[in-house]
Amino acid sequence: MNLQLPPVGLEHYLFLAGVLFSISVAGIFLNRKNVILLLMCIELMLLAVNFNFVAFSHWLGNLDGQVFVFFILTVAAAEAAIGLAILVVLFRERRTINVEELDTMRG
Amino acid sequence: MIPTSLADFAIAAPEVTLLGVACVVLLLDLFIGESRRGWTFLATLLGLALTAFVTLYCAPADRTVALGGLYVADAVATVIKFAAIATMAVVLLYSRDYLSARGLLQGEYLVLALFVLLGVMVMASASSLLSMYMGIEIMALSAYGLVAFDRENPIAAESAMKYFVLGAIASGTLLYGISILYGVTGSFDLNAVQAGLEREVFFGGRHIGLLFGLAFIIVGVAFKFGAVPFHMWVPDVYHGAPTSVTLMLGSVPKLASFALAWRVLAEGLGPLSHEWHDMLVVLSVLSMVIGNIVAISQTNLKRMLAYSTISHVGFILLGILTANAEGYTAALYYTLTYVIMAAASFGMILLLSRQGFEADRIEDFKGLAQRSPWFAWMMLMVMMSTAGVPPFVGFFAKLYVIQAVLNAGMVWLALVAVLASVVGAYYYLRIVKVMFFDAPAERAPALGGSPAFRMVLSANSLAVLGLGVVNGPLIALCQQVIPH
Repeated sequence: MNLQLPPVGLEHYLFLAGVLFSISVAGIFLNRKNVILLLMCIELMLLAVNFNFVAFSHWLGNLDGQVFVFFILTVAAAEAAIGLAILVVLFRERRTINVEELDTMRG
Repeated sequence: MIPTSLADFAIAAPEVTLLGVACVVLLLDLFIGESRRGWTFLATLLGLALTAFVTLYCAPADRTVALGGLYVADAVATVIKFAAIATMAVVLLYSRDYLSARGLLQGEYLVLALFVLLGVMVMASASSLLSMYMGIEIMALSAYGLVAFDRENPIAAESAMKYFVLGAIASGTLLYGISILYGVTGSFDLNAVQAGLEREVFFGGRHIGLLFGLAFIIVGVAFKFGAVPFHMWVPDVYHGAPTSVTLMLGSVPKLASFALAWRVLAEGLGPLSHEWHDMLVVLSVLSMVIGNIVAISQTNLKRMLAYSTISHVGFILLGILTANAEGYTAALYYTLTYVIMAAASFGMILLLSRQGFEADRIEDFKGLAQRSPWFAWMMLMVMMSTAGVPPFVGFFAKLYVIQAVLNAGMVWLALVAVLASVVGAYYYLRIVKVMFFDAPAERAPALGGSPAFRMVLSANSLAVLGLGVVNGPLIALCQQVIPH
């Protein structure tokens, strides 16, 4: 085995974050079944952004980006709590969490 | 990095005061029984008055940056904060009867409203992308809770879910743009970002990464504004939320959206104005045209006003996209006057609403001129102003924006704006026609509202006329606060 892999650089991290971000956006818009999947996609989106921040922070030798990540993690936790609370209210009223059935308002 | 001292907190006194007030109201509410909820309400209003006083009293004479570059106190921030506090007080005053009739007048509602205001104020004073993001989230997370506040209402839960998902996508997109911007400039501080971008632009380095990040930031800003094509959440949230919440979301956060656009685009990303100008032109034209055309076919008044909001957002963006002081001044003036008109028009729906009856269809306004001539005339003034008829204030708001666009040499944009407002006049005038020329419905309930509500609503509607006839001071104030 003399397979020579290039060293992992900034662009690889950015590419990974971009892929994760795209997966989360695609997940939100393609998913027609379950609201919980939407919440998971939103979390994935924020984590993809965190990847970017940490990669840039390391590359720039500047800690600000990693501080920002802590704030995003905290906000993401609060966001998930509120999202799940809304989900509970929705399920109590509708007895369903199917995305396709959330269409009572038109126009 | 500037070291932080205790004196920095004195500069941030308005936010500190408001946070204290919110905590006090939350605690106070625990010791107040269900029957005496009015005291919590009174405490909230007093707290708002205190915050307004502190905002004016502690406003520094010059632009001051504090808290290690996270916070800036300047004249624009003071104006936006004061307008937001006053609007929130008026909004809560309007909402009181509506909320108590539906058993929603709880301490949590008032505390969430205060936190929405806190988010707006943090955004108005953000001088770093970090504090801007925190402001956005404080505002948005409280707003999601408010939309879902009526737990018995399945439509409210649905619209809260839509608002939550689309709002989260918006902040995710904005964050992605911020991360790219951080990678290029190495800082979150908007002044440092501006300096870094000026260097980049000076050396001809408008590289693709910067444009990529900028596009994501614009998408995030457009989502928060509710500009076409990122407007899908606006009609559903306005329609589904309890009307008192629609009133709040339709007025106060517009000031925050202006602050977001002004701080991030005009100040931070100013050197890239050539790039974001084109993007905003697309958003603005689409918002004005689609907002006004789709509004025509609405039968639900809240939904119609949601599309009307979208078209007004197009006008605000029209002012911002000129990327000069005249345009920003016009946009600030438009935002301030729009908030006054939005508060009055949603307040009118609240006035007509009864227990178990939402006056949110256009036909609910039938024959208002016979049922209450005074408020029919008030609504007439508000609708005329929103349509942009002189001498009401909405006309001058549109005039200044179009003037700024013309002075920037974009004649076709001014033409689109004028044509869009002509189309828009149709659905505002339809309300006037319904009020004055249609017979009232058989079982139309009598108008309610406490005397205080009626008085403030009348004053609010008369302000639309007064600020139009005497339009000099407000525009002079806007000119004075926007740096040249």
